[in-house]
Amino acid sequence: MSLHLRTTQSGRINRSKPLTFTFDGKSYKGFHGDTLASALLANGVHLMGRSFKYHRPRGVVTAGSDEPNALVSVGVGARHTPNLRATQVELYDGLVAKSQNAWPSLSFDIGSINNVLSPLFVAGFYYKTFMWPNIAWKKLYEPIIRRAAGLGTAPTSPDPDHYSTRYAHCDVLVIGAGAAGLSAALAAAESGARVILCDEQAELGGSLLSDLHATIDGKSASEWVAHAVQTLSAKSGMVTLLPRTQAFGYFAQNFVGLVERVTDHLASPDKKLPRDRLWQVRAKEVVIATGAHECPLVFPDNDRPGIMLADAARIFANRYGVRPGGRAVVATAHDSAYQATLDLKAAGVSIERIVDLRHEANGALPNAARAAGIRVDVATAITGSTGSLRVKSARVSKINTDGEEDIPCDLILMCGGWTPSVHLFSQSRGKLKFDAERNVFIPDISVQAERSAGACKGSETLSDAFADGFSAGSDAATKVGFKASLHSVTVSGVHEAKGGFLGAVPHPHDAGRVKAFVDFQNDVTAKDIKLATREGMRSIEHVKRYTTTGMATDQGKLSNMNALAIASQALDKSIPELGLTTFRQPYTPISFGAMANHSRGDLFDPVRRTPTHAWAEKYGAAFEDVGLWKRAWYFPKAGEDMHKSVLRECKTVRETAGIFDASTLGKIEVVGLDAAEFMNLLYTNPWSKLEVGRLRYGVMLNEAGFVMDDGVVGRIAEDRFHVTTTTGGAPRVMNHMEDYLQTEFPHLKVHLTSTTEQWAVVAVQGPKARDIIKPLVKGIDLSNESMPHMSVKLGKICGVPTRLFRMSFTGELGFEVNVPADYGQAVWEAIWAEAQKHNACAYGTETMHVLRAEKGFIIVGQETDGTMTPDDVGLAWTIGKIKPDFVGKRSLTRPDLVKSDRKQLVGLLPLDPKTLLEEGVQIVGKANVPTGTPALGHVTSSYESAVLGRTFALAVVAAGRSRIGETLYVPMPGGDIAVKVTDPVFYDKEGARLNG
Amino acid sequence: MVELKVTRRSAFEGLHAIGVSGKVSATPSALATRFSFRGDHEAAQRASKAFGVTLPLALLKAETNGTRTAISLGPDEWLLIAEDGAAQLLADEIEKALGTHFHSLVDISHRNTGFDVSGAEAATFLATGNPLDLHISAFPVGMATRTIFSKAEIVLWRKSADTFHVEIWRSFLPFMWGLLEEAAHEL
Repeated sequence: MSLHLRTTQSGRINRSKPLTFTFDGKSYKGFHGDTLASALLANGVHLMGRSFKYHRPRGVVTAGSDEPNALVSVGVGARHTPNLRATQVELYDGLVAKSQNAWPSLSFDIGSINNVLSPLFVAGFYYKTFMWPNIAWKKLYEPIIRRAAGLGTAPTSPDPDHYSTRYAHCDVLVIGAGAAGLSAALAAAESGARVILCDEQAELGGSLLSDLHATIDGKSASEWVAHAVQTLSAKSGMVTLLPRTQAFGYFAQNFVGLVERVTDHLASPDKKLPRDRLWQVRAKEVVIATGAHECPLVFPDNDRPGIMLADAARIFANRYGVRPGGRAVVATAHDSAYQATLDLKAAGVSIERIVDLRHEANGALPNAARAAGIRVDVATAITGSTGSLRVKSARVSKINTDGEEDIPCDLILMCGGWTPSVHLFSQSRGKLKFDAERNVFIPDISVQAERSAGACKGSETLSDAFADGFSAGSDAATKVGFKASLHSVTVSGVHEAKGGFLGAVPHPHDAGRVKAFVDFQNDVTAKDIKLATREGMRSIEHVKRYTTTGMATDQGKLSNMNALAIASQALDKSIPELGLTTFRQPYTPISFGAMANHSRGDLFDPVRRTPTHAWAEKYGAAFEDVGLWKRAWYFPKAGEDMHKSVLRECKTVRETAGIFDASTLGKIEVVGLDAAEFMNLLYTNPWSKLEVGRLRYGVMLNEAGFVMDDGVVGRIAEDRFHVTTTTGGAPRVMNHMEDYLQTEFPHLKVHLTSTTEQWAVVAVQGPKARDIIKPLVKGIDLSNESMPHMSVKLGKICGVPTRLFRMSFTGELGFEVNVPADYGQAVWEAIWAEAQKHNACAYGTETMHVLRAEKGFIIVGQETDGTMTPDDVGLAWTIGKIKPDFVGKRSLTRPDLVKSDRKQLVGLLPLDPKTLLEEGVQIVGKANVPTGTPALGHVTSSYESAVLGRTFALAVVAAGRSRIGETLYVPMPGGDIAVKVTDPVFYDKEGARLNG
Repeated sequence: MVELKVTRRSAFEGLHAIGVSGKVSATPSALATRFSFRGDHEAAQRASKAFGVTLPLALLKAETNGTRTAISLGPDEWLLIAEDGAAQLLADEIEKALGTHFHSLVDISHRNTGFDVSGAEAATFLATGNPLDLHISAFPVGMATRTIFSKAEIVLWRKSADTFHVEIWRSFLPFMWGLLEEAAHEL
């Protein structure tokens, strides 16, 4: 560390804690309390990056989150984080930082050829230059431009850090902990309100942390801050203090997003801590106290390393104890730069000159500067600079003269005035007004329960900031219902600071040949803005898009007002007439990790497992995702692939039996005096005459008459139905039922309760099904006479209560054993033990799919696609013909739904019994049709069948039932596949096996 | 006839206890009987006698008597929680008390599973996934509601200043538990 660049004692750094860090591989020293920017400046490093488009050498401009140039990458490997502002990166021991956008090195960057070629790269160049040929844009121009113009690179390996989130509620949220924010928090907290105070910086205090002159109620600024923070901390439980926390977005109903940087500033953080924590805050009232941004001056070559904002230099000197240069020239149009100059002089910086654009500068501060022996030239502009990797001189010129003077220096301070930070106010949809006297936009009409305080509201003095803060804090607390007393403080030692200048600084050069930057980060110059207006852009929104000014992380912080002023002059319109661009979230970039927080890996979504999941896992099941559920897909034995496993499972079920976990099926208990009438209205089927103890297959339509769900329904009592739905359809069906019950049929005495997870369901299917469960069942006669196909009985299995369904989705004799879920695995294991005695198998969803397809049973969502009527899929028989009404009934008579050429469910048998059709392929009527021939339909399910000894498929084909017996064709890249159209039921057409 | 002794297997099997000393712990509740009870106020009053707890007619309230709790989840909906093994007996008694008065009583003993979150940081802990204001002034003792934790639906009931009871569908438990394990790391 070059100690000569450190001030002797001022600053909030801890000089007893030296730290080592590297920048571009070179090792440097800094102190605890430094930012990367302040530590680099203390080592004489101003060159911190290359610009976005022209690759111009750039140094730090600001001392805060509005920094446009000093974007660096920090960390190595998967923790490498690009595009961090060096002014916000807190130094820790061992920090590794790299510059960006430069190759092979920051000081010698080949990309800077773009600077020489800059006439080619004017605003909007990419809209014009690279239009032809079309294909080249995607393949050639865009990738090259992106690589050339890119900033940092994203790491390619998964993020090893974790991130967390938290909801929080408060009476008063205070955003910004400077003078206004701290006093607002004090006022609100004292009233007894629950307060959250957040600030983007590591320390609370804002500008007070770099103020060496103010006296507040007899205390120095830093003493006052310490006292205020102590007072607030003492109210633990009521006041939450969040330093390093960015309020990045203001959403509806006072919902504000904050990101807290929890560990980025630590050398070796506790691994349990998240890197970032997302706070989702709902505040009854909000105080915005976000301060103001110092405005740069737009003069030719205003972007060399060593040119920075005056107050930024003051912060580096006063807060971080760094002299940002040895000899400074100050260019200003505002009194505040004089205070900065005096502080820098006190810190040991030689002040060569102050040039002030104004014709007069006679305030207290300019006079103090003169009294300190500093030469002040009024009506004088800065018109350029020299130097390459660091500024060497400032070029100044009396306004409206040609003569220019070069003043040697290594630091140029600029100040065009102050822009209130109205970003969050605007995000809250509040309306701004333009203060023409001071050329600033300030908050006008609030839309949400918030108020601004301090510099972000346009207040200019420290006294006003305190007064605003106390008043805003007490107003906010009062609005919530607390009694707040009004406080005030006495401020002395600070002087009034006025002034300001917007637009391009006048200079004697050809404006078309110089680069005077408006937006440093996006490399937008004054002439780009003018070009945009010449090319017809009238609104500032168009200018912004054409030039990219104010985009990306800047979001108008530094560039907005100058861009507006230049466009306003070029178009001869007032600034308010041009409008203001939209301030978008996030205020500063936030990590994707913070937004995703826990939603990754196993916790991305709930993973739902059935009570027998562990058993299936132990028995080697492969699983498939069905909605959020994991379902056993097939149970391969040693040496089996999926194909062999499924063939074996299918064969075993048909020959002996198999057991299957059907627990994921949706279940809804429909209870009430009008339960049957409700079912009549929600399903196509008639339910009134269904006897207690019987089951019926039900089909549910939507209002348009299309099949939306199906399932077997049991009548448990006169007023109680046990409804099952598809696995994926359960929530949708519940919503649909509840919706109709509440809005269309509120007169019905019915209540709906989801019982999906109450019941574990073991399906036992196959000729031996009865033999398997018989030894376990008590109190139920399983004979065909007592318990025929499609019946339900209550009793016990393995000593626990069951709703035993006699039903089949395989075409075989079958039972579905419903038991309360906590008994699910034990009952499954008991049934499995019995099943093994009969050489039965466990089977998964794939086998279930094949077996049901052999029987022509549809799966909603596979045979249906949201446009199939019951008749289309062969289910017209489910419709209760004499029912006066049911959801979808009226639609079924629409002309389009009764057309004879609608797609209908059929079976397909490929002429070659070994050929397996792909699901989803199109079907045509002739061989060798040209591309573009309309399809007759498509294949919905296709399998190889063990029992048929061949492949088969289900399909929907236009007027399909009338084509049974015809040969159709499936055009494939390897040639047509000929298929014979058949009835969709391939196995046991008469259903004898069901009654076995 | 095969004689088997089948007992309830808690959805918590395989999950590890969560506890941060002096701050928070999450503890599975005992196995329980649960019903979803639907009906009007008259139905609720009749059921109260049979259940042994006054079903609260006010919204967002829980009433407890010994091992039994009634939580109002809506103007016509209550969650009834009782000791394990009482399902048949309670169902019989409540049905008897209601007679033909319109209502719905559905056994959901196994659909839900429950656990307690207690400790000084309990509210903060739950705020990692629940968007409600859980400050004692906004969510006092005895308050209960159906709400969410991240992407899972839960019922949340404040039993005491620093103890909350959570009811959740059994298959969503591992998801919520996983999130709570992560949240416990940073308390």
